Amino acid sequence: MADHHPTGIKRWLFTTNHKDIGSMYLWFSFIMFLVGGAMAMVIRAELYQPGLQFVDPNFFNQMTTMHGLIMVFGAVMPSMVGLANWLIPMQIGAPDMALPRMNNWSFWILPFAFAMLISSLFMEGGAPNFGWTFYAPLSTTYAPPSTDFFILGVHMMGISSIMGAINVIVTVFNMRAPGMTLMKMPLFVWTWVITAFLLIMVMPVLAGAVTMMLTDRHFGTDFFNAAGGGDPVMFQHIFWFFGHPEVYIMILPAFGVASEIIPAFARKKLFGYSSMVYATASIALLSFVVWAHHMFTVGMPVAGELFFMIATMLIAVPTGVKVFNWVATMWQGSMTFETPMLFAIAFVILFTIGGFSGVMLAMAPVDFQYHDTYFVVAHFHYVLFPGAIFGTTAAVYYWLPKWTGKMYNEKLGKAHFWISMLFVNLTFFPMHFSGLAGMPRRIPDYNMMFADFNQLASIGAFGLGLSQLLFLGIVIATIRGGKKAEDKPWDGATGLEWDQLPCPAPYHTFDTPPKVN
Amino acid sequence: MAIRRKLFASLTALLGLALSGVVQATADLNMRPGVTETSLEAYDLHMMVVWVMTVIAVVVFGLMFYSIIFHRRSKNPTPATWSHSTTVEFIWTAIPFIILIALTIPAVKLLIKMEDASNPDMSVQITGSQWKWHYKYLDHNIEFFSNLNSPQQTEHFEQPGIAAEPNYLLDVDNELVIPANKKVRFLVTADDVIHSWWVPELAVKKDAIPGFINETWTKVPKPGVYRGQCTELCGKWHGFMPVVVRVVTEAEFDQWVAKKNEERLAAEKAAAEAAAKSWDMDKLMALGKETYDAKCAACHQVDGSGTPPLFPAMIDSPMVKGPAKDHIDIVVNGKAGTAMAAYGAQLTDAELAAVITYERNAWGNNTGDKVQPADIQAFKAGN
Ligand code: HEC
Ligand SMILES: [Cu+2]
Repeated sequence: MADHHPTGIKRWLFTTNHKDIGSMYLWFSFIMFLVGGAMAMVIRAELYQPGLQFVDPNFFNQMTTMHGLIMVFGAVMPSMVGLANWLIPMQIGAPDMALPRMNNWSFWILPFAFAMLISSLFMEGGAPNFGWTFYAPLSTTYAPPSTDFFILGVHMMGISSIMGAINVIVTVFNMRAPGMTLMKMPLFVWTWVITAFLLIMVMPVLAGAVTMMLTDRHFGTDFFNAAGGGDPVMFQHIFWFFGHPEVYIMILPAFGVASEIIPAFARKKLFGYSSMVYATASIALLSFVVWAHHMFTVGMPVAGELFFMIATMLIAVPTGVKVFNWVATMWQGSMTFETPMLFAIAFVILFTIGGFSGVMLAMAPVDFQYHDTYFVVAHFHYVLFPGAIFGTTAAVYYWLPKWTGKMYNEKLGKAHFWISMLFVNLTFFPMHFSGLAGMPRRIPDYNMMFADFNQLASIGAFGLGLSQLLFLGIVIATIRGGKKAEDKPWDGATGLEWDQLPCPAPYHTFDTPPKVN
Repeated sequence: MAIRRKLFASLTALLGLALSGVVQATADLNMRPGVTETSLEAYDLHMMVVWVMTVIAVVVFGLMFYSIIFHRRSKNPTPATWSHSTTVEFIWTAIPFIILIALTIPAVKLLIKMEDASNPDMSVQITGSQWKWHYKYLDHNIEFFSNLNSPQQTEHFEQPGIAAEPNYLLDVDNELVIPANKKVRFLVTADDVIHSWWVPELAVKKDAIPGFINETWTKVPKPGVYRGQCTELCGKWHGFMPVVVRVVTEAEFDQWVAKKNEERLAAEKAAAEAAAKSWDMDKLMALGKETYDAKCAACHQVDGSGTPPLFPAMIDSPMVKGPAKDHIDIVVNGKAGTAMAAYGAQLTDAELAAVITYERNAWGNNTGDKVQPADIQAFKAGN
């Protein structure tokens, strides 16, 4: 009975099961990851050496724009929602998400949203070419006609995210098993609830921004058109009011993942559980008052610059607490280094490097030199690739036995880790240097003096791209023919999903609430 | 054992080689200190944060690697059981806080200094547009456009070797010339989309935003040529609008101003003469092609095909083949809210007449119309 489920295409189209929906989210995000990655390959091929070799500058701009949009909205965000779907009900002892039909819908909107966005590549005038930050008026008056498809696409992704977030909040507040008090919840659940609140607060702001773009483009308004009394800078304020919390939306769940995996493989309880919760909440709160640090060069009053500089630097404090807590969790533990642990440790180290460059960028007077150069590109790729994406990768290796009942091949997993680790640094570390040397971002061609670093980054990128195919291979091989996983493949793992459920977890779990001690 | 030692030896040799390469390259690894007081202070602040971050990294990652080595299961089979300590947690909240305050103080000071553009010795208005800069010396009656040195833009598709030029993509036809040791205020704005004016060695980066005038300044102690680029994505040729600032001594600057003023008077005279006479078709077409390829081809393409629907084709365009007045109007006045800029002030009347004639007769448009500079003058007069 517990494993009864519909079969065929209907299972996936009509499913309201959190595990099926979680799997669909994860597969979808992986496909988007490959699509966005292919675009990154085009970018890096063009930048392999100076001169224009492969694409024309306008197509190059379309690639950077689509790469950013697809990775942020199509790869990273859905991967986190996929993890939430799979894990939150099992971790709080609930039978499913609170709003299963809405869950189905919030997933199925996504393929249509992205089909629409990607189809713009084939339209007359080309795809959006104004960067993933779509600053007006480049994205309004000067944008290609396909921008309307982009706007509609963003609306749909936004609706999907808001519904996903509502679902997480309702589930966590209403469906916890008796005894699962808030301060007993696994950190992954905590980080996700906080993320969900961020989503609900900022996705409507993004929707507002694109709607204003739409009316500026077609209905005679001048929100962002200076000639009509509008204000292009206001666009940036609105965008980054969404955009800054957005970066935490992408990283907080990965914090949660690291906080699950590190204790499991250190065989020691997470250090400072409550300070982890408070640190996450403070990061989320602070993320609402730092947005204009993306805009130090727009000509804000000095008082404004000072405020945003200081508020931004403050974020380093709770972030530091998290990093110290992870190190303290490892301290005097009894560690082993299986693939999930390797990815989690790399996550901590490389994310912290991204944090360091973040503090540097926060200092307004020096930011004038870093802003809109490759230094920024290096910074946010460090927090996103070895940050958010390594986080998700670690999670996939860690929970794969729970999801599939099979073990992945440890040797291949480790190979995947070391290859990714090598290439991720080879790709993104040299970007710090090209940025410091003065290379602006989003340019298709450059002076000789930036050539060496770009060549290194391109080689790294090709390796990094290919090595993710290995990941795909490992996951498929595990599902098809992995050896059977024990019910508790990780001896240090704790939590309801490991303690009270077999591997694989049955289709329906916790029909009757578990006992939480 | 022996094999192991050999392996180790060759590994260290390899590492040594890699390190020496890195050391050789370190000269290019860092931010350039620049030449102004503010750029040097920004550089110092940058170095200070780099060192602070390095020390924190060494401590945190050091502890982590210590733990990874000594607290692994093979070395430490039974894990400790403690999982929190209020004192420790308090300490590592407080220490970063103090470090950050220490970093903030010099940053605040420098920021206030950098944003103080008061009491300038002279002012230059900088206007960004797709894809060039316009400089207007507010105290000297001088203004000009500064474009990427054009051969690179149109030809480097066919000339792969051109990228080897030292100033590839960093050269312009008209440099911004300013005197050394004078506080020069820049008023930065834009005509179309947002651009950003950056010269790394002066530590000046300010966004050029349509409808806004931003203020920034520099005071360069040393004559020299300083190069930078547009740093805000501004469309197709964003990577191709460099900034070049030539800093000269005060005496040289005065000479330059005098020369520029002479040039302006001469140009005005020549333009008036050119406008007064009637041009024949060949001359109009020749100047027209030259002007078109330099100013219009970026959007409408050399062969007049445009890139519809963004940039309309000139071939068989109803506007181009229709009444000359509408055609003159769009070129002289541009079209508000689109990328089509007003060329009335950017080109001379002769160039305007020529480019319009060229468009009306090239690529098989063959209307046979001649537009004379006098027509442009008449149009402008009635405007
Ligand atoms: C930055 C890109 C850009 C440049 C450079 C440019 N144009 Fe245009 N041009 C446009 C756009 C966009 C339009 C369409 C405006 C509209 O929406 O009607 C246009 C329209 C025109 C039209 C009307 C075409 C029609 O069929 O309606 C003419 C004529 C024209 N441009 C001439 C010129 C000339 C002459 C030059 C050079 C002096 C030039 N343009 C430079 C972007 C450009
Ligand atoms: Cu620009």
